[in-house]
Amino acid sequence: MGSELAVEAIGLEKAYDRVRVLDGVDLEVARGSVLALLGPNGAGKTTTVRILATLGRPDAGQARVAGFDVVTERRQVRRRISLTGQYAALDELQTGEENLRMMGRLSGLSGAQARRRAGELLEQFDLAEAGRRTVATWSGGMRRRLDLAASLVGQPSVIFLDEPTTGLDLRSRQAVWQVVTGLTGSGVTIFLTTQYLEEADRLADRVAVLDGGRVVADGTSEALKRQVAGQRLDLVLADPPAFEDAAHLLGGRAVQRDPKRLTIGVATDGSAAHVRALLDEVDPTRGAVERFAVHSATLDDVFLALTGRPADRPETDENENENEKEPAGV
Amino acid sequence: MSELTASPTAAPRLSLRPRPLAALAGAVTMSGRSLRMARRNVDVLLTSLLLPVLIMLLFVYLFGGAIETGTRYVTYVVPGVVLLSAGFGAATTAVSVTTDMTGGIIDRFRSLDVVGASVLAGHVAASVVRNLASTVLVFGVAFLIGFRPSAGPLDWLAAAGILVLFILAISWLSAAFGLLARSPEAAGGFSFLVMFLPYPSSAFVPIDTMPSWLQGFAANQPVTPVIETLRGLLLGLPLGSSPWKAVAWCLSILVASVAVSGVLFRRRTT
Repeated sequence: MGSELAVEAIGLEKAYDRVRVLDGVDLEVARGSVLALLGPNGAGKTTTVRILATLGRPDAGQARVAGFDVVTERRQVRRRISLTGQYAALDELQTGEENLRMMGRLSGLSGAQARRRAGELLEQFDLAEAGRRTVATWSGGMRRRLDLAASLVGQPSVIFLDEPTTGLDLRSRQAVWQVVTGLTGSGVTIFLTTQYLEEADRLADRVAVLDGGRVVADGTSEALKRQVAGQRLDLVLADPPAFEDAAHLLGGRAVQRDPKRLTIGVATDGSAAHVRALLDEVDPTRGAVERFAVHSATLDDVFLALTGRPADRPETDENENENEKEPAGV
Repeated sequence: MSELTASPTAAPRLSLRPRPLAALAGAVTMSGRSLRMARRNVDVLLTSLLLPVLIMLLFVYLFGGAIETGTRYVTYVVPGVVLLSAGFGAATTAVSVTTDMTGGIIDRFRSLDVVGASVLAGHVAASVVRNLASTVLVFGVAFLIGFRPSAGPLDWLAAAGILVLFILAISWLSAAFGLLARSPEAAGGFSFLVMFLPYPSSAFVPIDTMPSWLQGFAANQPVTPVIETLRGLLLGLPLGSSPWKAVAWCLSILVASVAVSGVLFRRRTT
């Protein structure tokens, strides 16, 4: 069973300046599969990746990557992995081709091999045309693709991607998704971190949710969404008294409350039967609920359901801030 | 699941090269990288090539008339300018090192198992090549404005040797400083420190013209024996104990900087 695992971590702990970042992280990733480590800012995603990629030492716990211990067999691990961090690891003053050839030489390829590999990768990532220009002239999306290409030069068997699409526009994000999807099925294992449920959903075979330095949920994307309710029913109430009544009735089952907009969100599986039952329960007199809408679960919903509090996010809206202060349980 | 029992994946993508060989290959790749980038960084390139020449012209034509050195001033000042420019150029190594350490690329290098020493050695090797090029330019312009050394081939060889040793020492010292600095801007400050060191020395004016409290420092700081050695070799003057002092200073700085860099690199990356 052990040999089927590309990544195996038990009880990883790490603290920086007495702040506990990881508090016993357990993870298993089957060889050839894609795992998404989902979590808000500060959950410990990057710390976990750095430890698994041998760049940081755990204070406690053990981890094996590609069959080797990340602390005692660091060099063996490094020959089998690649890491793409949040910030592009590229030289702006080198051309795309030079960047790739340099990485090839550093992974032990001969000059000719490195040139051939760079050519292949530029072609594969649709960068051949720009390959001879310095990276300083490239767009953010192109850089991200080159960064991914650079991580593949040495043909790693385990690929770590730390928030590969954070800060990218939709088109570049889709290009990255395409690359990752293209890599699956070739036997490589992909370990990616993300703040976006949609990304985890689309790319990963399994999703692990990290919160406060612990894995709070781990399973297939489907199972996870079932666990947290894949959908959310938003009810718009007719008036404030109706809102109060509904809020009182639903209590902790309300995953979202917005008194100003008279809106309450409830978890649902999205089936007509369940929605009908919920409506009947909240509004037996058929006058309290004005409108309703069913949404896919968001990362906020997942976090709310799993941790009892919302995930971190940019605070742009006053109402949202109010919501965050509301206590809400599963 | 209480035991970690995974077996290694099928085949390693490459055999483990012996460590020193991998470090050397890495250093060669890294110095190629540094030189390529230095060539394309036009601002820095122009500064490091033109500044020394401008400083030489400034001293020879503006201050030179008022400074009494016993020889033509251009003859006196060239070794000082060569040293100033070499030191200044070598000090920019700090900026390159800090830029690498604070960007994402050091993580990529480390996850590729590049030896830390290779990364630093690449910057230092590129620094030596760069600064020898700017030194050749300074000598070229110096000849044009009347510098006439009396050195034979062996003297030139010895002068080149001491200069390379000096550039090596300052480059490694800069690398150590670059590992300490938290931003490339902070690292840039090191260049100025190194650039000012030749002023209170025998580079531009004879030490006995300085106030007595400064003479002690000027006579015993590391730059002075290096300049005296260069000057002696190029102009055929008696060398005295300067070469030994110069070599001792450079080697001490070199050894200490390499050792400190090793410790700092490890501390910075774990």
